[in-house]
Amino acid sequence: MADDFTAKLDSYLDGELRADEISAVDLHVRSCPACSADILSRVQLKRAVQIAGKRHAPSAEFRARVQRRIAARPRFSPIRVWLTAASTIAVLLVAGLLANYVGNQRLERRHAFSEIADLHVATLASPNPVDVVSTDRHTVKPWFQGKIPFTFNLPELSNSEFTLLGGRVVYLEQTPGAQLIYQVRKHEISVFIFQDGAVNPALREASGPLRHVSFNLQSWSDKGLRYFVIGDASGDDIRNLADLLKNAAKS
Amino acid sequence: MEVPEERLTAATFEELAMPLFDQLYNFAHWLTQNRSEAEDLVQETYVKALKGFSSFQPGTNFRAWIYRILRNTFLTSRTGLKATATVPLDADDAPEVPAGPDTPETIFIERSQQQLLQGAIEDLPLHFREVLLLCEVEEMSYQEIGEALAIPIGTVMSRLSRARKALRENLRQKLQGG
Repeated sequence: MADDFTAKLDSYLDGELRADEISAVDLHVRSCPACSADILSRVQLKRAVQIAGKRHAPSAEFRARVQRRIAARPRFSPIRVWLTAASTIAVLLVAGLLANYVGNQRLERRHAFSEIADLHVATLASPNPVDVVSTDRHTVKPWFQGKIPFTFNLPELSNSEFTLLGGRVVYLEQTPGAQLIYQVRKHEISVFIFQDGAVNPALREASGPLRHVSFNLQSWSDKGLRYFVIGDASGDDIRNLADLLKNAAKS
Repeated sequence: MEVPEERLTAATFEELAMPLFDQLYNFAHWLTQNRSEAEDLVQETYVKALKGFSSFQPGTNFRAWIYRILRNTFLTSRTGLKATATVPLDADDAPEVPAGPDTPETIFIERSQQQLLQGAIEDLPLHFREVLLLCEVEEMSYQEIGEALAIPIGTVMSRLSRARKALRENLRQKLQGG
């Protein structure tokens, strides 16, 4: 047995020698039966310990417990808490302002439509609701010449259930416009026509069928003019009259 | 097992540490020789390691790092203190001793007495048991063992050699006694 090689045998078997040292040990072992036997017994022990050493296994429950303990979860640093709180406050503030803005817009629109409804009611309450009394559109339309700063077309009603009763000049927020009164069965309907740019923005935002107080109302814009059709007739009547006016405007 | 610095997160820790769970538990059980204490030791190791993960130096060996935490945790436990108190001074630099003819491991293999070998490992002093298990069972390099046990490579080599010799002696006594 060569003592200098004996000292290297464990490192040799553990794979910790350099290549030149491994070659030297290999060479020696081939010619030294004692070292060869020694290596064999060391390998046997090494393998036996490797197998015997893998003896203890954790339970699945214990593994799950530790895994839960170290599982990645968001940490609440003071900065993050403040940022979250600040974000929440900002969102609430914006939401509050938005709700306030939307509420104001809604209120303003309601006031604006109230004025349209008031004009309609005041006209019907008057003993002389119209200044030009005629069922003929060719009489009514020219009557407005020189009284309002725009012109408009009126529909042919011969094949419809609507009747034109006449018209008058009205003012909405110091803006002149035309009011036409139509009748369908027992219901009287007002049609207001103004320059679109002159009316309250709240009125310009609303289009399509609406309902204000007990009146049905339809509003739209066409070629720079804003139309309002309002009355206590059914929604279908209001829509039908609106369609007649829209078609007339195209011609 | 090297970790880039930007990845030192809890998720990364879990990703690195959980695959070592079985091995760490096995090692902990060999150290404590008790299931309940082994579980406590492993759990404490994981909690400590996660807490200190930000101090883990990227580019160094994670396995050696967490084994070192486990071993240090064990050494400060009641069982660990008791084990180290009864361990004789380590003559790490003693000369290498050959296995010799008619070795107990040959007899052991012939008889296939695995329990006898496990008993012989259990009877080893702590500082021999741990170095032997890290080398043979965990198949760590001397460098890794040195990092895990916080000792130089030269000490790893000599301690390992003495651990093997002590194991052979334990086996011889057990075989003679049995």
